Amino acid sequence: MTTQLTVTGKRPAATTPPAPRPARRGGPRGHRPWAPWLYLLPALAVLGGLLVYPVYQLGLISFLEYTQAQVSGGEPTSFKGFGNYTTLFADPQFWQVLLATVLFAAACVVTTLAVGCALAVLLTRVRALPRFVLMMAALGAWATPAITGSTVWVFLFDPDFGPVNKLLGLGDFSWTYGRYSAFALVLLEVVWCSFPFVMVTVYAGIKAIPSEVLEAAALDGASQWRIWRSVMAPVLRPILVVVTIQSIIWDFKVFTQIYVMTNGGGIAGQNLVLNVYAYQKAFASSQYSLGSAIGVVMLLILLAVTLVYLRLLRRQGEEL
Amino acid sequence: MSAPTAFRIRRPGRLAAETVTLLVAAAVAFPLYWMVLSAFKPAGEIQSTEPRPWTLSPSLDSFRRVFEQQEFGRYFLNSLIVAGTVVLASALIAFLAATAVTRFRFRFRTTLLIMFLVAQMVPVEALTIPLFFLMRDAGQLNTLGSLILPHIAFSLPFAIWMLRGFVKAVPEALEEQAQIDGASRTRFLWQILFPLVFPGLVATSVFSFISTWNDFLFAKSFIISDTSQSTLPMALLVFFKPDENDWGGIMAGSTVMTVPVLVFFVLVQRRLVSGLGGAVKD
Repeated sequence: MTTQLTVTGKRPAATTPPAPRPARRGGPRGHRPWAPWLYLLPALAVLGGLLVYPVYQLGLISFLEYTQAQVSGGEPTSFKGFGNYTTLFADPQFWQVLLATVLFAAACVVTTLAVGCALAVLLTRVRALPRFVLMMAALGAWATPAITGSTVWVFLFDPDFGPVNKLLGLGDFSWTYGRYSAFALVLLEVVWCSFPFVMVTVYAGIKAIPSEVLEAAALDGASQWRIWRSVMAPVLRPILVVVTIQSIIWDFKVFTQIYVMTNGGGIAGQNLVLNVYAYQKAFASSQYSLGSAIGVVMLLILLAVTLVYLRLLRRQGEEL
Repeated sequence: MSAPTAFRIRRPGRLAAETVTLLVAAAVAFPLYWMVLSAFKPAGEIQSTEPRPWTLSPSLDSFRRVFEQQEFGRYFLNSLIVAGTVVLASALIAFLAATAVTRFRFRFRTTLLIMFLVAQMVPVEALTIPLFFLMRDAGQLNTLGSLILPHIAFSLPFAIWMLRGFVKAVPEALEEQAQIDGASRTRFLWQILFPLVFPGLVATSVFSFISTWNDFLFAKSFIISDTSQSTLPMALLVFFKPDENDWGGIMAGSTVMTVPVLVFFVLVQRRLVSGLGGAVKD
């Protein structure tokens, strides 16, 4: 994540080995090659049992016939091959949900990044007090649990008792009734609780730029936009890559907001995203294998995003 | 956060910028303000179609309803136990693992690091299905353990990834010095490295605390029949009724659920911001 955005690639001298690094097994002390594995043991045990194994199970279930009958032991589980996937890909609703997920995530990411970066730049232009106030407000939004954030935003936009409709003169316009207005409402909540991460990280990055550079640009008469585009953005590129990828991953997986704000996926499932869709298939209609197949699709998409991320990191010459 | 600004040239636009900053801050804080305000409003004012941004007669009725009706205290305690255990366990495990991948060179080290990165992307929600069966087979459904264990697993990859930077920042010369002074590796680990990395552990804990405290899906899926093991998000849902939501109760419950996170954040915010900043600057 935010760690190790080695802009300059420099590391503490003591840890920089000569160019073709000799594999220094066992660390500084040379002996006991099992020592690192001892340290890793608890982490690997937990991850193996509760992350790797469930991923394997997820894949397995997606190839089985697994519904309520099999869960309760009434019928034996049978292998279905790609049957679940065929069913899924033949369902127009799946494609519709997939498209909605991608577009919704994209809209969230773009808005979050734009707001976060703009506010980070704004923070560098104000004195300590206003900066502190905005920082605190942002931390508050960041800290708010997704479920309470969702309930509060629904209440703010409530057609009967909410202040927003009153303020905008919208009368009893229901935000959750229409497909797009419901997505817009969820988007607002998502941006509200995720821009602080971008703002704080990018702000920290800007502060790491030598102030002489920014001063020189300002003295040369560069506009704020120009300074951002030509001075800050190139230096901040590694940080921007990280916050972008992280946002994509978070926003692609939005669950609680959709579930709570649109009451489980909206009227007739109009606001479903893949995550909620998988959950509803599995736990509401007991089609565990279909739900798992959707999960596998999500997993593969996110894996693709991760591979792009790794390539970008490699290109920046970051050493793992 | 009293550090000097990045560049201090007097500009006529600064006052405008500061006004905008304060307006944005007000807008960002407004939902939280409204939540707390509504929690204290008497029932009549909440159900009013002319909502006012203040109240002249604050009341604790909504809070009383929350605490009396729903075994809220119990849920609250459960949430605290789950989040507390996860924070402690994942911080310790992640510290050991981060030490292993930064202070040692061994085969598969890079592979492991990439695996930790990839693991962060795994959609937790998709794993609810296999985890549900895993917990059922292990007889762990309806126990707090069914919430604690997966959350430790899901906080670890990110925590290790983030702590790595903090462990790396501790000069290796220090370890050599400790070795010369005759300190054992265990002693170096806990008495020298641990205190130095502690700020990083705090920053990391924020993330594992939040993701656990906020968890809604596992709480909903794994605690199905024994409500004495429920956590806060479930208590909140009780106030949602098909036709008439009890907004006072929802807002009071939301307030109670949000306050611990806010307190936690305010306590660690300096470390969080400098932690992230430090990690970014490296």
